[in-house]
Amino acid sequence: MEAIRNWFQELYESTGLNFSVFYDAYDWNRYLGGLKMTLFLSVTTILLSLVIGAAGALIQGGQSKIARTAVNAFVVVFRNTPPLVQLFFFYFGLGTLMPSIESGGMRVPLLNNIQWAIVSLSLFAGAFNVEIFRSGIEAVPRTTVEAAESLGYTRIKAYIHIVLPLAIRVCLPALNNNLVNLLKTTTLAYAIAVPETLYAIKQIWSESQNVLEMMIVLLATYGILVGILVWLMHRWERAMHIPGYGR
Amino acid sequence: MKNLFRFMITGVAALVMLGNAHAADGVDAIKQRGTLIVGVKADYKPFGYRDPTGNIVGIEPDLAADVAKRLGVKLELVSVAASNRIEFLQQGKIDLLIATMSDRPERRKVVQVIEPLYYADYVNILINKKAGIKDWAELKDKPVCATSGAWYNKDVARSYGVEIVAFDGSEKPLFAMKQGNCIGYLYDQTFLQGKLLEDEWKADYGLPLKGVLPAPWMIAVALGNTSLQKLLEDTTKDWMKTGFIVENEKKWGIAPTEYSLSMHEQYKDK
Repeated sequence: MEAIRNWFQELYESTGLNFSVFYDAYDWNRYLGGLKMTLFLSVTTILLSLVIGAAGALIQGGQSKIARTAVNAFVVVFRNTPPLVQLFFFYFGLGTLMPSIESGGMRVPLLNNIQWAIVSLSLFAGAFNVEIFRSGIEAVPRTTVEAAESLGYTRIKAYIHIVLPLAIRVCLPALNNNLVNLLKTTTLAYAIAVPETLYAIKQIWSESQNVLEMMIVLLATYGILVGILVWLMHRWERAMHIPGYGR
Repeated sequence: MKNLFRFMITGVAALVMLGNAHAADGVDAIKQRGTLIVGVKADYKPFGYRDPTGNIVGIEPDLAADVAKRLGVKLELVSVAASNRIEFLQQGKIDLLIATMSDRPERRKVVQVIEPLYYADYVNILINKKAGIKDWAELKDKPVCATSGAWYNKDVARSYGVEIVAFDGSEKPLFAMKQGNCIGYLYDQTFLQGKLLEDEWKADYGLPLKGVLPAPWMIAVALGNTSLQKLLEDTTKDWMKTGFIVENEKKWGIAPTEYSLSMHEQYKDK
């Protein structure tokens, strides 16, 4: 650890390349904190968006016309507006309209910026997941569902045990894409001061004037993070492979 | 394809040259042109802001007008932001910069500073009166809104243990504070004093703490523009001698800072 610190200090003095995160403890802790926040945001939003996607797709294939219209409206709204605009709308717009707690005569909002970021990003990615899951569900042959029904499965049970497992295998590549995009979209949370990686690094470079070096660190960080996510998803894809189904 | 590429390169080169020919050519060129182009802030009451008719007015536009008067040319004000002001000067879009710019060693490397420094600001925090904060120490571990990129965020976080919540610009952090997302807004004292001139903030907010981290501001011209540098150095000394800056502070409704008073005192008899 000490050796790494000295090496980067040396690098700064000899070449002027200021990788302050690797030798300045304060900057390092901020970077680490940012990384943790990015991971936290990614994991929670990925899970929530999967739940939203699965639920939305179930409703879309259901009987109730009102529920179907509602899901379609949700998809249209969240797919047709930029995620940054949604984030600002939630935090600065809805945040003001929401009820709040009074503490010592001062307003304390119900949801903080991190929670708003999670809500907003989950809904954004969830809207895409609804469509992705629908593509998978529609690829499951009607005859398979009929076979399940004839064996006494209820609609929900057939959805959970028969349709969804097959649908997930079909839509995994598309889902993969969307989740990678979601991980990258978490950087937008910096705009409402969520201290994730981009926010932390932006603070560091504006104080130490080392934009180029920090850009490199930032790019490498996300490259590695997305690499890990893609590797995990590919492993999952392989683990779920059914011989004779798909490729 | 090759031709298109060459055409594009020529186009870019021509644009670059056009930019260079425009400004930052020294006193003679400015006189020949007949206008002095000055970069000022347009969102920084009372140092540079837009009046109801849309004109940029304030202390710094007044200083710029005085420089133009001394040169005997017309004045053109260009509104700049913290993120682009140095580039505007380097690209020659403006002749000089009077835009609430703090004096930093990194900046001295890329622009020519005018000495003596014309002004100094402090860092302060706008707090809801109901919070009852009376000392910087009471802010420990409390969330404080700030503007991302401000050089003192790190210093304040380190010295007082506050948790900085930084947004771009000054409107978003103010709005976030109003919503209760943070206890106060850490920013330049002069700007916060300006905010307290507005009805929206006057009633509920105040500056209960003493300003910290005094930071001199610099007027800057492009590197190597010695004729304009010389003129501005003499002008600044004259402002301090006559108390022009102190007068302007009073005219625009803020209390004269310690710095401008002491500089006036120092140059009065010279």
